[in-house]
Amino acid sequence: MLSFILRRLGIMALTMFALTVVVFFLVNLEPNLKKLAITQTESRATAEQLESWLERNGYRQNFFVRYGQWLGVVPKQPNIDAATGQAIPRFRFCDEPSEPAYSGLLQGEFGCSTKFRVPVAERLFPALGATGILMFWVMAVMVPISLLIGVLAGMREGSRTDRTLSMASITTTATPEYVSGVIFTVIFASWLGWLNGSAATATNQGITFSNFTLPVMTMAIYGIGYIARMTRASMVEVMTQQYIRTARLKGLSFSSVVIKHALRNALIAPFTVIMLQFPWLLTGVVIVETMFRYQGFGYALVEGAANNDIDLLLGCSLVSVFVVLFTQLISDIGYAYLNPRIRVQ
Amino acid sequence: MQMDYLGITGIVLGVLKQFWPVWLALALVLVASFTFKKRLGLYGHLFDSGVGIAGVMICLFWLFTAMFAAVIVTFDPLAQVAIMKDALPGAIDPQSGVAYLFGGDRLARDIFSRMVYGSRIVLIIAPAATAFALMVGTTLGLPAGYYGGRIDSVLSFLANLVLAFPVILLFYLLVTPGIMDTPIPYALAAVFFLFPIVFFAVLFFTRFKTRPERLYPLLGLTLVLGAWIYAGLVFDADPLGLISISPNQLNIFVAVVFASSPGVFRIVRGLVMDIKTRDYVAAAQTRGETPWYIMLWEILPNARGPLIVDACLRIGYTTILLGTLGYFGLGLAPESPDWGTSIKEASRLLRAQIHPALPPTIALMSFVLGLNLLADALREQSMKD
Repeated sequence: MLSFILRRLGIMALTMFALTVVVFFLVNLEPNLKKLAITQTESRATAEQLESWLERNGYRQNFFVRYGQWLGVVPKQPNIDAATGQAIPRFRFCDEPSEPAYSGLLQGEFGCSTKFRVPVAERLFPALGATGILMFWVMAVMVPISLLIGVLAGMREGSRTDRTLSMASITTTATPEYVSGVIFTVIFASWLGWLNGSAATATNQGITFSNFTLPVMTMAIYGIGYIARMTRASMVEVMTQQYIRTARLKGLSFSSVVIKHALRNALIAPFTVIMLQFPWLLTGVVIVETMFRYQGFGYALVEGAANNDIDLLLGCSLVSVFVVLFTQLISDIGYAYLNPRIRVQ
Repeated sequence: MQMDYLGITGIVLGVLKQFWPVWLALALVLVASFTFKKRLGLYGHLFDSGVGIAGVMICLFWLFTAMFAAVIVTFDPLAQVAIMKDALPGAIDPQSGVAYLFGGDRLARDIFSRMVYGSRIVLIIAPAATAFALMVGTTLGLPAGYYGGRIDSVLSFLANLVLAFPVILLFYLLVTPGIMDTPIPYALAAVFFLFPIVFFAVLFFTRFKTRPERLYPLLGLTLVLGAWIYAGLVFDADPLGLISISPNQLNIFVAVVFASSPGVFRIVRGLVMDIKTRDYVAAAQTRGETPWYIMLWEILPNARGPLIVDACLRIGYTTILLGTLGYFGLGLAPESPDWGTSIKEASRLLRAQIHPALPPTIALMSFVLGLNLLADALREQSMKD
């Protein structure tokens, strides 16, 4: 088991390395660097000024040297002003060592966000915290509801309840966040006026029922259908097993068979599915946070991408890749733990 | 200025009337399907259940809407009639006397016509991109599942790499105006569009290796057709000028194929690993068939059930991805009538105007729902066999 986890962690590190190289390559494409230079200098800067800005801030160094600097395996050279010979930081909003030093990811330095004008860590981790709250509530709504729907539908396959609930779950899987978000806003904010159509106030004034329900609902609804269908399939399978028949034949009531015998075994598969939902939730987070103007991880990602904020984007991709791979690992370990028949080699 | 409005009945009747070619086509298909139900195989079986009929009808509705879009629309989807800015549903344009059935949007364009034209963009790109993703995923998934070992490890690692990427970040990096100045989209397109040609060439070669009289025409046809489409799509140099794709659309296409092929890869790989233990595969191996013959002619046909279901779901998923692209304003032109872009436009102004938001959202939702229902019915049918 330990060697399995170690190997998975190794693959995880390799994946993260490969992905950051790809992201680094893409954000450093010539048009993207131009875009960055234009947003960072005055809008009327000439081509030479843009070029000299890129040159001065080290964007023209060799690709691998720069990646090494970001990773922290190549020392970062200070930015020497040609006129005075003194070291001046590239961006005045971020500290930078005045002599060559290793300051990259391995040293815990995420770099400098050019869009928000703060060190990336200062922006990224509060945003992650905000998104964590959102995710928590989404999970708290999504998991019980979808498990309940799945179990109720799968309990008696082919019954009217099953058909109705299955139909409902198919409908929710056909409703991406930007569709359900619009529909819910129209119904609950515009027509009924019960809820706040924007979560912008949640960042400053705290989370309330009226500003946080719509984002949570919108995100949960897309996942509910999928998890419910998986739970239903698992439940249907369990209900056909011999031990369920035995339990019924020895005279136990239907409800006690379902609760005591079927439920435990039927919930193993949905556990994996729920864990594997995290990558989807990440996409949902970006859409929902943009739609409801909630300042979390997704908002930071969109702003970073729109302005080609290199270090912020790298930080965002690291975080999201980590979340995706880590939840996969947990789902594998948890599955082995929950289901003793599976032996991990 | 005072504007005349149609009542709710007027709007409903107007919409029903505008869709007349669709109703006609649907009726014809429905009658034909029920008449020849017995002879239509899997498709005929779809008409046994309500879910199947609903799925087929919704999908066909949008298919015919896309086909007859030019007849259905009442206005040019890009034309702006200044007086109709933010007009409510049913408002009648005083100049032409024709109603804006679903009202006008912020830029005074007819929402109904935009929704109808939007179906065209979605129904061209989504199925085509899914088809390419299926080709890429199948061509790579077959050897990964069949051989296992190192090929499998490398390909699976690459697939997981793409799957670990959040889709949005991938799109933000791959679908930008800047990237079209670089060779990356064209290089990706060059690689992806090669897969169908390779796939069909190998398919025919393995089957008709010993029968040159069948092999050469088929291989020749594949290569000529493939080279023609390839030249048109990748280099925009179709000698006949029939096939061309704008750099914008190529970029979206490539990004969507890139994002969805690893999923196909994983499914195909899993299916192949399951099927390769069957007796008929062992029989083929004993006969001395080549690995690719076994993969393409023994394993693939037996994996078609789950693959067809997956293709249906995947078209829906691709539609959602396209909508996401539109919603973030990536790739498609800002005035493009596709559903995602319309939803983005409308959702910003939801506080002031509700009616522009509803037609594209309901259109997208119903189309994806139709595909999901279709997939569900197909799955049920394939389980019965």
